[in-house]
This record gives sequence, C-alpha cells and structure tokens, in this order.
Amino acid sequence: MANSLGLVIQREYFERVKRKSFIISTILVPIVMIALMLAPAFFMLFSKSEQKTVMVVDNTGVVAQRLVGNDEVKFVPATAPVDSLRANEDNETILILGSDAVENPAKGITLLSRGSVSMMTDAFITGQIKSAIEDVRLQKYNIPDIKQIMEDVTADVKMTTIRIDQEKDTETSSELSYFLSLIMDMMLYMFILIYGQMVMTSIIEEKNNRVLEIVVSSVKPFQLMLGKIAGVGLVAITQILIWAVLIGTAVAVATPFLTPETLGNDVPVEVTGALAQFTEPGFLISLLVYTLLFFIGGFLFYSSIYAAIGSAVSNVQDASQLSSIATMPVIIGIIGSMAILNDPSSALAFWLSIIPFTSPMAMMARLPYGVPGWEIALSIVLLYIAFMFMIWLCGKIYRVGIFMYGKKPTLMEIIRWSRYK
Amino acid sequence: MDNILTAEHISKSFTNHRALDDVSVSVPRGQVYGLLGPNGAGKTTLIRIINHITAPDTGLVTFNGHPLTADDVTNIGYLPEERGLYKKMKVGEQALFFARLKGLSKAEATSRLREWFDRLEISDWWDKKVEELSKGMAQKVQFIVTVLHRPELLIFDEPFSGFDPINAGILKREILKLRDEGSTIIFSTHNMGSVEELCDNITLINRSRNILSGSVRDVREKFADNRYRITYQGDPAQLLEATDRLGAEAMVGETDKLGNLTATLSLAPGTGKRDMIAAVNGAVDLCTFEQVIPSMDDIFVAAVRASEKNVEVEPQN
Repeated sequence: MANSLGLVIQREYFERVKRKSFIISTILVPIVMIALMLAPAFFMLFSKSEQKTVMVVDNTGVVAQRLVGNDEVKFVPATAPVDSLRANEDNETILILGSDAVENPAKGITLLSRGSVSMMTDAFITGQIKSAIEDVRLQKYNIPDIKQIMEDVTADVKMTTIRIDQEKDTETSSELSYFLSLIMDMMLYMFILIYGQMVMTSIIEEKNNRVLEIVVSSVKPFQLMLGKIAGVGLVAITQILIWAVLIGTAVAVATPFLTPETLGNDVPVEVTGALAQFTEPGFLISLLVYTLLFFIGGFLFYSSIYAAIGSAVSNVQDASQLSSIATMPVIIGIIGSMAILNDPSSALAFWLSIIPFTSPMAMMARLPYGVPGWEIALSIVLLYIAFMFMIWLCGKIYRVGIFMYGKKPTLMEIIRWSRYK
Repeated sequence: MDNILTAEHISKSFTNHRALDDVSVSVPRGQVYGLLGPNGAGKTTLIRIINHITAPDTGLVTFNGHPLTADDVTNIGYLPEERGLYKKMKVGEQALFFARLKGLSKAEATSRLREWFDRLEISDWWDKKVEELSKGMAQKVQFIVTVLHRPELLIFDEPFSGFDPINAGILKREILKLRDEGSTIIFSTHNMGSVEELCDNITLINRSRNILSGSVRDVREKFADNRYRITYQGDPAQLLEATDRLGAEAMVGETDKLGNLTATLSLAPGTGKRDMIAAVNGAVDLCTFEQVIPSMDDIFVAAVRASEKNVEVEPQN
C-alpha cells in the first residue's frame, strides 16, 4: 500500500500546482516584493521635481550666505519685509532668523509655510541652520586654519568583531546577522502559517464534500493525512524554489547597477566588510542546510497539528479558534526570537531552541550568529522526534475526526479521540 | 456454508454512546446480503469496521477465513452513503486516481474505465470537471470507481439514493450482474422494496444490536402468522359460523373484481390448512386461498418496534 501514499502525494501536488491561483501567486509575489523594494526609490524620483523655494529673511546678516540648498530645498535670501513676503502668495515657505539667532538659536527662528512641511525637509533646513551657526561661532574664535584642524580631529571609527569560540576565527557582523535572522524568522512564520493552514482547509474541504468517505475506503486515513502534508509541503518547496530563482535572477541582473555611485555612497562600511563572512562557502552551505531542516521540520510538526484540527471541525469558521491555539507557540517562538536577537547565547535562547514547539523559530534567529554544532544537532533530533510523535497522535485524532460532523468539538473531546481504537 | 466474511461479537463505543453492541453477521459467498436498520442503528460503523477504516473495541472480523487485514481492502469495494468527489478534478482523471489507489496499473485502469464508461453511457464526461455534473451523474462515476477493481466483496450503502427510477434500474441490473459474475454484495439500506427484490439474506440492526438475521424467505415465514386470504361464493354468515366452530377469527372483506366475496382468516395456532379448507368449503364455495406473507416493510417496522419495547421479537402482524 506504499504505492497509495505516492498516489495521494502526486494528486495533492499536481492538483495544486496546476491551479491558476498557484501560478498567479507564484509569479506575482516576487514582482510585488521587488516593487515594494523599489517603491521608495521611485517616490524619491518623483518628489525630486518639486524643489521647495525657501525665502530667507536673515536678521543676523551672517547665516543666510552659509545655507546650502539641495535637490529638494533652495534657499533664496529675501530683502523685503516679512509682511510683504507673507502677503505674496507665490512664497510657499519663509524662514525668519531673529537678530540673535547665532547667540541663542533656541529662540527666534521661525519657518512660515503654506501647506505642511515634510519631516525630511524640516530636518534638512534645521541641519543647515545648525551647521551655519556653528560655522559662524567658530569664526568668532579667530583661530587660523580652523577648518583644517576640525577635519584633522574628526575620527572615523571602524571595529571588526571576530568570533574566537569557533574552530577558526571568523569575522562577523551583528547588523547583517540581525537582519538575516529577522527575515528568516518572518519567512518561517509565513511558511508555517500559510502552508499549515492550507493543509487544514483542504482537509475541511474534503470532509465537507464527502470525498473523504470514498478515499478512506482505499487508503488508510493516516496515509491520506501524511500524503496531504507531504503534497502541500512539496508545493511549498516548489513555490519557494521558483521565487528563489526569480529573485536570484533579478538580483544578478541588478547587481552591476548597485555600485556605490548608484547607491549614493550610502552603504555602510560594515556591510561590505561583513559580506566576507556570508560569502564564505562553508558557512553559507551549512546555514542553508540547517535552515532547510528547520523549515521542513517546523512545517511537518505544525501541519500535522493543523491536519488534526481540520479533521475535527466541519467548517473554516469553527477551525479558527482551534487553529489560533496551534498558532500560539509559533508566535511565542517569534517573540522569543526578538529577545534572542539581543543576546543569542542566553539561557532563554538555548531553551527556546531546544523545545520543538519554538525551536524552528528560535534557531532561525540564532543560526546567522553561529550556534554550537551539538546544540543544532540536539535541536534537530528533538524536533524530528517530536514531529513523529505529533503525526502519530494527530493521525489518531484525524482518523476519528473525519467522521465527526456537526457540533464543534472541544479540545478535551479531540484529545479523547486519540484514545479510540 | 462458505462465508466470505464473518463478524463475531463486534462491539464499538464512542464517548457518548455505544455504536455496536455484540453484533455478529455472516455473509455467504456469492449472495446479496442486506444490512438493514433505521438511521443511527450502527450500520455505517459496522461497514467501516469491515472496511478496516476503524477497529472494533472487541470482536473479530474474518475475510476469506483469515482475520481481516489492511491488504484485504483491495478485495473490497465500498460505496459510502455520504459520498462526494473532488470537485475541481476531471472525471476521467479522478476515476483513474481511485482505480490506481485500489492497486490497478494505469493502463489496466484506463481500459476498464473506458469499458465501464461505455457500458453506462457516460463516455462524454471523461474530460468534464466534476462540479459540472449533476448528482446522479456523479453517483454513476462513484459506482464505477467502487466496482472497477473487481473486488470479491462489494458494499453498497444506500446506492439508490439520488437516482431517478431509470438509473436506479440500470444500477440494480448491474449489481445483480456483478453477483452473477461471482461477487458477494453487502447492501445497506432502509428501502425495503429493494431488499425483497435483491437480497438473499438479511441482518436487521437496531439500537446497536442485531435483532434479526436469516434468509429473506425464513424471515418472512417466521413473521407469517397463520393468516389466509380467501375468495368465495356464498353467504358470509355461514362462513363466520364455520370459522367460529374452527376457533378462527374471520374478517369479511369487500367483493373483488370477479364478483367473489373476500375474507381474511386468522387461524388459531395448531390449526392446519386442510382443516381450514374443509371447514370453509363446507359452508361456502371456496374459490381461491393464499397465505398472507408480510412484506419486508412490515417486518422491519414490527421487529424494530418489538426490540424497542425490549421484548423478544414476535410476529404480530
């Protein structure tokens, strides 16, 4: 009967992959993601066309000439009195610097504006006034070559973090690890939730249109459940692989354009330095393998719980309450991961990454920082043992649940089902 | 007798009720076996146990002489009462899926399916999606899927529900044909008309217990009390006089189409047919007589009522 498991997986897989909704979402998601990433750049591009003209009424007589505009703000010194400037509706923004602005910049500096002023513009103007006033003040000391001195004094600090608890000293970057952890945790969360619930809803659907009654006359309920989980899991992997290829291609195409010039020299030095760690093949491969193991383990563990829930209820509405109980540990894992990110080697981090309910999430958070091999091994072994137990237990519930119609069962009733012969 | 399937002392409980309580059935090979009972009696639970879908708490099921195993399911075809198909799948594709689950190779399944689709005149549906079919159409597909792998034992749970009389007739014909080809059929229903027509043996389950078993003929004879319907020419008063002397009750009926008078006689236990004929024929001119045999419908109702009063099943027609 092993053959029938294969048939069930095959049916589940192809039925889903051939659906229009699968094809559309597979293509659309990377496009939306890329669009979201590019959106800020686009908006920048559009907002550039609107350069704000700021009329500067300078009562100090020394600040206005030191203000330097940019693409968005243009400073124009004004000679007319404030009242007449204000009366002229062409003047969108008027900056008034009080006569003692240099001595007391906390008072006497006002910006008049028609319409709201964006935070960025506000910060830019304030910053310009600040450096202008500082410059004026420095000049007053009458020290020769003061600009040169200031430049000499400025220190640009770069610190390299090296881990010495590994076999080989490795350069690490907390920032990059942090972002990687965050992204991987979020992906795992969506992966478990979306595909786990896909298992659940498809069981409810089968139960509702009674096709299940026919299927279980030739397949053992446990095999059917296993086949469904495996089929959906394969669909998930297919989708992610397609996304990886699409995004990988997009990145490969885009990379030549992502030079420091196009990025406007904004890339922090840390990133380029730390990339060395992540481009080292050994680390990268082990990271990928572990990630895959935890993704698959987490999915199998949680989707068997979702399968049991799906079998127990008659409609999606009834399922929502029970499935939120199942989702709780995932969320605890995610919240725990946030705490772990602040201290990846704490006791909390250790325990969360050992307990199977939270281990996939916690390990996702810790992996980019590097985790001792034995901890990873222990965590993986425990996760897969827990999965076997869970699928055995849920299989027993599933077998009873699929024939229960009508009233929504309580959690206690569901657990009692597992004891039926 | 050679039994293809026996279930001995099967009990099964769920949280709040006992679905089966010490139920035993023996299904003879090559016959149509009726599994009868009101809704909720436990028929479906028994069928699921026979199909190895659930396990009994106590009791033993044997198939072909050995304890039932999961592999025996390939020799069983089961058409459940509540049945559906995958809506989004095409008919042919779906039928193939189910056929292959029963262990047929793809080529074998395809050729047999084509044959059956022709036989039931539904070949045009092969590439249609199930959601486009009517209920009756889908039921035909389900029937084919059930019998396609030529199992030794076929279990039909309310097979005629949802069929119009024409298609029900086709189905009946096919079921009997399958029996003639050597399949054993378990037929679960509360449609008693079809029981009389199709079944050789029956078991009646009510409230989780087996309350009546046997061949349809034996059961009907058992429930047939000493009642006769007669037609005659003559004086009803003289007939009553004669039956009184015999110690029998007579109910005078109406005149039939041929102009004969009718009456129903209930004889006292121990009174024979000959005594009745002799007594009646002395008083009036007896034209015809026949024993009143209760219909399965009557038996069903009588047996279920009797079991609910918690008394031994007795004829009370």
